[in-house]
Amino acid sequence: MSVAEFFSMGGFGYYVWMSMGMALLMMLSEIFVLKSQRKSMLKQVARVIRMEKNR
Amino acid sequence: MFKTFKTILFRDLTLAMRRKTDILSAVFFFIIVISLFPLGVGLDKTVLIKIAPGIAWVAALLASMLALERLFAGDYEDGTLEQMLITPQPMTVIVLAKVVAHWLLTGLPLVLIVPLVGLQYHLSGEAILVMMMALLLGTPILSLLGAIGAALTLGVRGGGILISLLILPLYIPVLVYGSGAVSASLIAGESQAYLLLLGAFLILTLLFSPIATALALKISSE
Amino acid sequence: MKINWFKYAAPSTFYPLAGKIIPFFAWSALLLIVGGLYWGFFQTPELLSDQKQYYRILYVHVGSAWMSMWLYIVLVAWALIGLVFNTRLSYMMAMATAPTGAIFTFLTLWTGAFWGKTSWGTYWDWDPRMTTELILLFLYVGYMALQSAIDDTRRSDKASALLALVGLVLIPVIFWSVNCPDPNQCAALHQQSSMSNIEPNIRIAWLVTAVGFWMFSFMVILMRVRNIILDRDQHTSWVQGLDEVRK
Repeated sequence: MSVAEFFSMGGFGYYVWMSMGMALLMMLSEIFVLKSQRKSMLKQVARVIRMEKNR
Repeated sequence: MFKTFKTILFRDLTLAMRRKTDILSAVFFFIIVISLFPLGVGLDKTVLIKIAPGIAWVAALLASMLALERLFAGDYEDGTLEQMLITPQPMTVIVLAKVVAHWLLTGLPLVLIVPLVGLQYHLSGEAILVMMMALLLGTPILSLLGAIGAALTLGVRGGGILISLLILPLYIPVLVYGSGAVSASLIAGESQAYLLLLGAFLILTLLFSPIATALALKISSE
Repeated sequence: MKINWFKYAAPSTFYPLAGKIIPFFAWSALLLIVGGLYWGFFQTPELLSDQKQYYRILYVHVGSAWMSMWLYIVLVAWALIGLVFNTRLSYMMAMATAPTGAIFTFLTLWTGAFWGKTSWGTYWDWDPRMTTELILLFLYVGYMALQSAIDDTRRSDKASALLALVGLVLIPVIFWSVNCPDPNQCAALHQQSSMSNIEPNIRIAWLVTAVGFWMFSFMVILMRVRNIILDRDQHTSWVQGLDEVRK
């Protein structure tokens, strides 16, 4: 299959790549969101430690 | 057990009668929604006849939702619910009594207003009868399922809309068969199968909803 | 060897365990998804004529659909365990499963729309399977909405668990009612005329990708439950003593 054929998918390129693209987007976003959520959770815990120390 | 049922039923009816606006607003909401659609959709007779079943059912759904918030809220706020949970009387009976009261006040009136819908949407006498039958079977299901939602969301902010969000997906079988019954009678006069299915669904919900609702009330009151 | 099942029921022991097995799922997911898609795109050129190239949509559509339904069952299982055994972690697992399930449900609907447009000419058709997927999305959203609306964690956990259970009981009824709106005749199930004639290579591709999605789900749900544990147990000494916090 040539590169051109790969992208065109027999004329159905739009449909195939919109599907694949959204799948990729959703899955990568999920990972990204979870990673940044983890970072903010860890910061939150550090904040709690500081607050409880200063009591 | 029957005495418990009767007592709670009459209590709820009496309390509701003191605040007539609650009941009337659900009924008037139904009437207003029903009346709005022809104005929005167009006054073509054939179109109106076709969409009447669906609209009547969606309106009934929404009107029933409106009144659900107050099903348990009053008792929750003044502590009666807690007392009900502690008594040795089975909670399912108490729940059933309250739901029946709710239906008598919000579901049954809708059944009685159907002729008005028939008038506005040019429905035949037979269609009107089928619609009344369908709503008679369907509105109790709406009350029973709605009770679960009301019990889960007790005291939560955004209650009414949240209940709708939770319960509307569960209403779909009622909507499909209830509306289908009337549509079928309009086309071929064969609505019996739909009504039987609605009846079956009613029995199913009668058996399972009070238990789920009682459980939900217990969770919400902890 | 006696397995102490309840050892890992405590967030403090589960958290590090989860952390250790996440990479395993991450790599499996990557390999399976890439492998499955590679197979599907490059091992089937002769089998798919140009008129049928759109069948490749199925590689993600089938996996998403299976995950959307499977994860709901997983959610209800955790909810049930929580209600019966009253273990906090079970509820946290249910809560962690919901968003992933919802995302796969959305993906099923999205890819399903493109599949529908190519194979039967319309983006949406109210056919029973897709309509039930839509309702499944509402059930996931309802679960998450109830969880976030109730402030008290104990109550929100239990209430949403009960809601999920009620949803599960009603899914067959809902599916049946959409499938047979006229009780005298039931609608065609998912207008796929030639499903059984699908080439094995295509089936392998979507199967492998589906398992890849499953591994991905494990990974993502474990990541999420670790975040939930950090959030709920932020006042405990074990969380505050974690290495990653001290950095």
